[in-house]
Amino acid sequence: MPQHDYIELHQKRFGKRLDTEERARKKAARQPHELAEKAQNLKGLKAKMFNKERFKEKALMKKQMLAHEEKDIEVNVEDVKDGAVPTYLLDREQQQQSKVLTNMLKQKRQEKAGKWDVPIAKVKQMSEGEMFQVIESGKRKQKSWKRRINKVCFVPETFTRKPPKFERYIRPTGLRFKKANVTHPELKTTFSLPLLGVKKNPQSALYTTLGVITKGTVLEVNVSELGLVTQTGKVIWSKYAQVTNNPELDGCINATLLV
Amino acid sequence: MDQTKKKIKTNTITLLPPDTRVFVTLFNPYGEEAQKSLELSVNTTKEELQQILQSLVKTEEDQVYTFFHNNIELVDTLNQLIASDPEYKLENTFSLTYHPQSLFRIQPITRQTAALEGHEQPVLCVQFRTHGDVLATGSGDTTIRLWDMLTETPIATLKGHRNWVLCLAWSPDCKYIASGSHDGQVCIWDVETNQLKGQPLIGHTKWVTSIAWQPMHLDEECTLVASSSKDGSVRIWSRTSLSCLISINAHQKAITKMLWGGQGYIYTASEDTTIGVWNKSGKRVQELKGHGHWVNSIALHTDYTLRCACFSEGNIEINRKQAKVLYDKMLSGKNERLVSASDDQTLMLWEYTSSKPKVRMTGHQQQVNHVQFSPDGRYIVSASFDKSLRIWDGYNGNWIATLRGHVGSVYQVSWSSDSRYMLSASKDSTLKLWSLQKKKLAFDLPGHADEVYAVDWAPIGGEKAGSGGKDRRVKIWRH
Repeated sequence: MPQHDYIELHQKRFGKRLDTEERARKKAARQPHELAEKAQNLKGLKAKMFNKERFKEKALMKKQMLAHEEKDIEVNVEDVKDGAVPTYLLDREQQQQSKVLTNMLKQKRQEKAGKWDVPIAKVKQMSEGEMFQVIESGKRKQKSWKRRINKVCFVPETFTRKPPKFERYIRPTGLRFKKANVTHPELKTTFSLPLLGVKKNPQSALYTTLGVITKGTVLEVNVSELGLVTQTGKVIWSKYAQVTNNPELDGCINATLLV
Repeated sequence: MDQTKKKIKTNTITLLPPDTRVFVTLFNPYGEEAQKSLELSVNTTKEELQQILQSLVKTEEDQVYTFFHNNIELVDTLNQLIASDPEYKLENTFSLTYHPQSLFRIQPITRQTAALEGHEQPVLCVQFRTHGDVLATGSGDTTIRLWDMLTETPIATLKGHRNWVLCLAWSPDCKYIASGSHDGQVCIWDVETNQLKGQPLIGHTKWVTSIAWQPMHLDEECTLVASSSKDGSVRIWSRTSLSCLISINAHQKAITKMLWGGQGYIYTASEDTTIGVWNKSGKRVQELKGHGHWVNSIALHTDYTLRCACFSEGNIEINRKQAKVLYDKMLSGKNERLVSASDDQTLMLWEYTSSKPKVRMTGHQQQVNHVQFSPDGRYIVSASFDKSLRIWDGYNGNWIATLRGHVGSVYQVSWSSDSRYMLSASKDSTLKLWSLQKKKLAFDLPGHADEVYAVDWAPIGGEKAGSGGKDRRVKIWRH
């Protein structure tokens, strides 16, 4: 490598060789062949380094070629995005409260064979020991007909306990919940909605009547805050949702809305 | 027994004896005195009062009037009206305000007659041709579709835009449609051939927010059309030369709505909280400052008159001379009143002569999205995201009533041409018909499967209303 510009100086003083242009041209013409030979025959670390350089160069070259061809390409029709909104909604980030039951969804539901499909189809069977805690009663603590429910339950507002002497199933107040965090599956937004009741507990019909909420239970929730309206104009105020977590472990009820 | 002093009690309404005479002062809708103390008998009926007024005001046509005292209407005789005001004393003059009444009655809309399919993306804007025989709808699928209202079938699909069609406007003579799209292009379509005139007009750098034609009485050939955009500029295009004549850099922020008023001024409502008043050479005449947040929508009290300029009931031909006559009558020597609705939950009433608002109307609890003057200019209705509509007096901005019923934000509202009914479109997928006289819900019109974005009631021959929304259907409604 020249250490100073003595080559340029000489060229300035004495001029270039008469065939410099041709020689340069021919050398440049040989470059692709030499590069190709290198690319094919190099081995080891040298090959790695060479390949890396070449990859970068090729990427750059492609970009430049594309840029040159730009004026030849016809103007691409910009992708017309989905979700057209009128002018008064354009600058607003609309937090989608919820969608209305669309005709299509309804039709889809009717056509599908599994009309009553739920997100969680099967639930692990729970033993009685897991669900209930035996409470001994009586003067000598020998009677063991009382049971305390270890899982989260829902009691309606008008609920009054049976007289403690006759109460077989005890629902601790600490495990009673009124609200559930319900997620709308399409909008992916979660709302805290009040519960209206337990529709079905997959474990057993007894648990349904008791109001026990475990994973997979179908609940009825009050959706009036979502502002849903049917096509006939009636306001929807309750919908079903299925529980997706273990409420007794988490301390809250998470559910997905069944649209 | 002094007959004049004794009051006869009938059904807990105290009526004055029939031979009593009262002094009445007549006020015109603007609150100015039309006629000072007229001495009338208490048994004067509405018809007799009308004859008196007609001879006083000297109108040529058979103009029907209604009379009000403190917003209570005169139904039978003057006696009933006097009885309704407990504070009135015989010595004082009784004030009566008269309002011209529309001669025709529009039947309320009760049912859906057609659900027109065709658009592949949500329908964004809907406008009837002034005679109500053709409906133009613009959608997110970049096309405008024309539908024939007699048969409720499609006429044509106008293709030419490259992005969502955000706004469209029929020219005053309804021979052309100008439309603006999301990529800033404006297209002018010839409705007689259903073809695009020339090429799409390029100029705006961001999406077009509204389009307005120059009113017919200012230019009978309807050559000029203005478009406003998010880039803050207003461009005036010529229909004949298909070029941009003037570009006004009106605002720094987006222009949400633009109107071309009948007095020749262009009003632009912007997100920079001001409303600009411009003349068509680009010079700013006034800047209306007062709002605290984006101005979403504006309306002029002469809107309906400008729209129906050259058309009249029962006559399909264009009468270009009529436009000026009708407009002058609506203006009646004053300035155009402008009402603006803003994100700061208030509305303001303006006249272009002053940069301060005349009245500030508060009451809504969330952003006010759309505001419309009634066709006779007497009332203003505002639609808000707080799920309610409010009716205000069109002359002095007093609050009249709140209409509740929707369960989602109310997006748009449209009047019937006799100013008796309002149609509102909402996010909750329903349209609702409200009665102005009873100030409550008249009919509930569900049917859309998703949010309703646009609604329009046919201006002349107002039998039909059309609505379009996110469910891509255009629905036609009638009595």
